[in-house]
Amino acid sequence: MTAVPVPPVSLATPAPAPESRRRVVDTRGLSLTFQTADGPVYALSDVDIAIEQGEFVSFIGPSGCGKTTLLRVIADLEQPTGGDIQVNGVSPREARLGRAYGYVFQAAGLYPWRTIERNVALPLEIMGVPATERRERVRQHLDLVGLGGFEKKFPWQLSGGMQQRASIARALCFDPELLLMDEPFGALDEIVRDHLNEQLLRLWDKTGKTVVFVTHSIPEAVFLSTKIVVMSPRPGKIIDVIPTDFDRDRTLDIRETPGFLEVAHRVRQGLRAGHSYDD
Amino acid sequence: MTTEALPVVAVRRRTFGRLMAGQTGPVLVVVTAIIVLWYAGAIWLNTPWQIDLFERGGVEWSNADLVRATLAQDRPLLPAPHQIVAEMRKTIIDTPITSKRSLVFHSWVTLSSSVLGFAIGAVLGILLAVGIVHVRSLDKSLMPWVISSQTVPILAVAPMVIVVLAAIGVRGLVPKAIISTYLCFFPVTIGMVKGLRSPDPLQMDLMRTYNANRWQTFWKLRWPSSMPFLFTSLKVAVAISLVGAIVGELPTGASAGLGARLLAGSYYGQTIQIWSALITAAILAALLVTLVAAIERVTLRRMGMGV
Repeated sequence: MTAVPVPPVSLATPAPAPESRRRVVDTRGLSLTFQTADGPVYALSDVDIAIEQGEFVSFIGPSGCGKTTLLRVIADLEQPTGGDIQVNGVSPREARLGRAYGYVFQAAGLYPWRTIERNVALPLEIMGVPATERRERVRQHLDLVGLGGFEKKFPWQLSGGMQQRASIARALCFDPELLLMDEPFGALDEIVRDHLNEQLLRLWDKTGKTVVFVTHSIPEAVFLSTKIVVMSPRPGKIIDVIPTDFDRDRTLDIRETPGFLEVAHRVRQGLRAGHSYDD
Repeated sequence: MTTEALPVVAVRRRTFGRLMAGQTGPVLVVVTAIIVLWYAGAIWLNTPWQIDLFERGGVEWSNADLVRATLAQDRPLLPAPHQIVAEMRKTIIDTPITSKRSLVFHSWVTLSSSVLGFAIGAVLGILLAVGIVHVRSLDKSLMPWVISSQTVPILAVAPMVIVVLAAIGVRGLVPKAIISTYLCFFPVTIGMVKGLRSPDPLQMDLMRTYNANRWQTFWKLRWPSSMPFLFTSLKVAVAISLVGAIVGELPTGASAGLGARLLAGSYYGQTIQIWSALITAAILAALLVTLVAAIERVTLRRMGMGV
């Protein structure tokens, strides 16, 4: 990790957090350039973002804006080429080695030869959790995502939405503080997606996890988040950070309220402003 | 008249349709076609010699005599199926299996060395694949050798292997098994390299997020992912391991085994003996492949990947 001597100033940097809430993710001047055969691709440019414990932060933007790359940098699946990033106060690598986060991919990625129960148990097996505790945790987390009774099923016997719920249970079962979600509901139809959005919000409320969520759906981002980070492509950078202030026990009904529409409008404006870079 | 005939036709059509819908019908059609072609070929190929025989003996013959005679020669160019069946019945069922004339005895000799060679070849093939997938320098250094090993004709290699091993005192089962191994490690290596690399990037990333070590990634992801590839290669390997064992029996004048039967048959122009040994080898190979396929079905079903 190369440290940048002078922290760059960015409009997107939120006000300093009160000391009581720990920063789970903290980046300064974070950049990532992929060297490709067609020349360099600036996936991330000068990204400053702070995510505090218990927040639900969404990254939204058109494809190619680097939102997934940013998530992957937090997860130590990509290495930044510039700037500084800390996860739980340490480097992403150390955070990964400390199993600080659970990652939910766009596809459920369940192993087809494992039953749902054994898929959820996979991280626990790898982390060496004893069998009895493993069983107990798997049961708890399958209940948490509403998949009790499906323990012995194989992934292909479940619908897409249920598979994604199983993958969320898998990401949560080793009790990481941070949940990283990369367009987890992107491949699902809107009805299932709405339903899972509500469930995810309940889950976040119940578990108090910090969630970093990547999406390209405005209603999804506005409904779920405590903070929306609007990004623009080429180079991937932050153009707006929008805090929201909805009740923690909100339902999908708030999507009709003026407050919701106002936030959605600001997100849309941010996305539009980002797009003008193209022209 | 038509109204009475209709149901019969309908029933017939239904039975026929049902027969053709499954596997039995089409298989029967193909088998019948092969047998018909075979008989036609036997008559055609054996006719010149038979006419020669008739003329030398000064025998009066009709076409029916000719056909009958071409299908009953002692050393026909192409034996008829029923001659091979009779020979196989004689050497498999009517001869005690301890006798040197028993095909069961010879099959056992060949089978034991091919199964040993297959087992060694499968293990070797898997080990090579594991090395190639995990160690970059092995991928670069070993793969060309693995491929070029198969461009050398096995018929050229087999005598040297047998002779060299005999010179250092290794005889019997092992040299033949080594030739089987030489043939059958290859499909296993190729298949398993592909299989062990088959997990998609997402599944690999997942292991990385859990901070899984190589060992865990191997046993929990790469190995199970490779199972369909493994069984496909094993089916190829088990069939050619039998070929390897037979080839291993040819150059040494081995006294036992299907290869020895083929060799003896060709020395003495015993075509019926050659063909019955060939058919027996084919049946053995089919049984071995079926056995591997059965294990595959059970394994994949247990893994929830059965079809």
